[in-house]
Amino acid sequence: MSDTITVFSDARLLDPATGRDGPATLIVQHGKIIEVAFERQFHTELGTDFEIIDCDGHCLAPGLIDIRVKTGEPGAEPKETLKSASLAAAAGGVTTIVVQPDTDPAVDDPAMIDFIQRRGAALNLVNVRAAGAATKALGGERMAEIGLMDEAGALYFTDGDKVIVNSRTLQRVMSYAAAFNALIACRPSDPWLTEGAVAASGELATRLGLSGSPAIAERIGLERDLALVEQTGARFLVDQISTEGALETLARARAKGLEVAVSVSINHLCFNEVDIGDYRTFYRLDPPLRSEADRQALIEAVRDGLIDVITSAHAPAPAEDKRRPFSEAAPGAVGLETLLPAALTLHHEDGLDLLDVLRPLTHGPAALLGLDAGVLAEGAPADLILFDPGAPVIVDADALHSKSKNSPFDGRRLQGKVVGTWVAGRKVH
Amino acid sequence: MKAAYSRVSMTQPPTVTEQTIQERLIPFPRAHFLAASDLNPYVVPQLLDLGDAFVDFNRQSSKALDVLHGRTVVNLFFENSTRTSSSFEIAAKRLGADVVTMPVASSSVKKGETLIDTAVTLNAMKPDILVVRHSASGAAELLSQKVGCAVVNAGDGRHEHPTQALLDLLSMRRALGDVTSLTIAICGDITHSRVARSNVALLQMMGARVRLIGPPTLVPGDADRWGCEVFHDMREGLAGCDVVMMLRLQLERMAGALVPSTREYFRFWGLDREKLAWANEGAKVMHPGPMNRGVEIDSDVADDLDVSLIQDQVEMGVAARMAVLASLSARWGDAA
Repeated sequence: MSDTITVFSDARLLDPATGRDGPATLIVQHGKIIEVAFERQFHTELGTDFEIIDCDGHCLAPGLIDIRVKTGEPGAEPKETLKSASLAAAAGGVTTIVVQPDTDPAVDDPAMIDFIQRRGAALNLVNVRAAGAATKALGGERMAEIGLMDEAGALYFTDGDKVIVNSRTLQRVMSYAAAFNALIACRPSDPWLTEGAVAASGELATRLGLSGSPAIAERIGLERDLALVEQTGARFLVDQISTEGALETLARARAKGLEVAVSVSINHLCFNEVDIGDYRTFYRLDPPLRSEADRQALIEAVRDGLIDVITSAHAPAPAEDKRRPFSEAAPGAVGLETLLPAALTLHHEDGLDLLDVLRPLTHGPAALLGLDAGVLAEGAPADLILFDPGAPVIVDADALHSKSKNSPFDGRRLQGKVVGTWVAGRKVH
Repeated sequence: MKAAYSRVSMTQPPTVTEQTIQERLIPFPRAHFLAASDLNPYVVPQLLDLGDAFVDFNRQSSKALDVLHGRTVVNLFFENSTRTSSSFEIAAKRLGADVVTMPVASSSVKKGETLIDTAVTLNAMKPDILVVRHSASGAAELLSQKVGCAVVNAGDGRHEHPTQALLDLLSMRRALGDVTSLTIAICGDITHSRVARSNVALLQMMGARVRLIGPPTLVPGDADRWGCEVFHDMREGLAGCDVVMMLRLQLERMAGALVPSTREYFRFWGLDREKLAWANEGAKVMHPGPMNRGVEIDSDVADDLDVSLIQDQVEMGVAARMAVLASLSARWGDAA
């Protein structure tokens, strides 16, 4: 590695980990941050081998960390590969992606974790990490090799969109994982109440003639999961909360002293059930888009710092899977590349502080997963994003790097443009 | 001391005689031996002394005694077990008893007879000692209430296997001396282990410190209330231990139900050289058998006679059971 020193000058530095926001100079060498200078002066001796990146007053922040990314590799490469997902991530300012285990075959043993990490590293783009399956082949019955996958580098364990229906299995998974202090993530849902559901229960779904998923299904699922967490002492992430009722359940558990983390998808912060309008399948998501009251409650939760992680819930689905009747279309939306401008709507429209928007995209997931990232401090990896928060963009799905173009933001006017993305000091976008 | 392998020459005259045994014989504290709690801290050392005498006796070429002469011992095994039933059978035969071993696992139970029916039927044949193994916890206790003879629990469900604890203690005392100062780690499937329960009770009775180590799915959540320290990490748990007692893992519990796989189990909880090095220098390794080599224990460790007491345990099994049977009979006086 060269000894070149890179100076990011004239930046508005945003570090959600420390809450610092102001003009600063950031200096990088050997892939790591070596100095953060909020004063005019910095102390690093530049010598002769250096380059200066003039940030032109734009925002310099830790690269985004997206802990819920689906790709099609292995098994469904036409949908998305680790390469296309990494390119999309780099373009979106996401410097670390954690890919989901629901591939074919599932990522349920240490060799698969190794495979994902090696393939990801060989691309030399963003940091590619993996979540392991909690049960073998995501079958919900037999525990997967959590200990060996943990050793191989798996960051957390989940059956993804599948609910572990058997409470005894989940109890054992949680209790076993506790021996490794491993994080378990579960989608809160009652599988029977949501069977066949494609939209949120309510007046709109009824009028459209779509099977509805009641909000209480999420609450019931969450109550069970939290009771098991309380009993087993597992480290736990409530994956993709989407209803106001579940937020209340979570608040009660936390008030009792239960330490659990929670994530929300960017889609549920930006859209509501009305967006499915005349059966637009790009808005068919899982969990389904909820009411405006739910969306507002989620935004308030982000504002109050109750949400640890915002994810893109990146779920590529090719056109042939989306161009179908609403109830037959594949659920999910791509989101890596639009994550930042979409999240910035919370700043522009809902008045959240920039640091409060960035925290669950950077420091929140890093702290949860124990990553040495998401912070602008000396010694931290130089995973950086430079962006202009006010620049207008019109999303063009066809121009996205993802192989699948199922973006619900297609044609939307957003604000926030990624100017540059650096991973370990190397410019990747 | 490698007691088991410094055998007495076959030509030497016997040094342990009927009289030696009679001198050390003490009455068993209870009518039955159902659980480790039937013993007490005063009688245990005496039973072990008696066991020591039997060990020496068993190493002689002539192994016939008359302690149980004329008595009938019935081995009632509702679960298959070759080693325990033969250990009891040999123990009883060397004491001069008439022994009937009934592999009930494959006979009358299949015809629908209940445990009590079998017991009452056998009781009518007037045995003196019933040695019982059953898959249900509490079966030995139930039998003891229904029969007129002494009942020895040879393993009831996941409850107790008290003669195993006694033979383990005998093995430890012979290898390491005073057990009261020892720290013993019991590792593996604690939840389903009667061996663990009996050992915890007996070792604590004798003042030893007991630790339990295993994945959280195999250690009961309330095991810390047994007065043991509970560890899920072998490195932490083994530090400072003098004895590492490995438990057998039932293979049906391996395939994802309680543990993801045998290879993962071995990686984190299987005893090999590396993990053994975390224990005290000179620490001894035990296993009640039969072993799953490469699952809970590496052959390299299991077969190393400098650290492994596993073969001694089998030898001590016969001696400890002789001590139990003989002292049970000592309660009866000479009324035979």
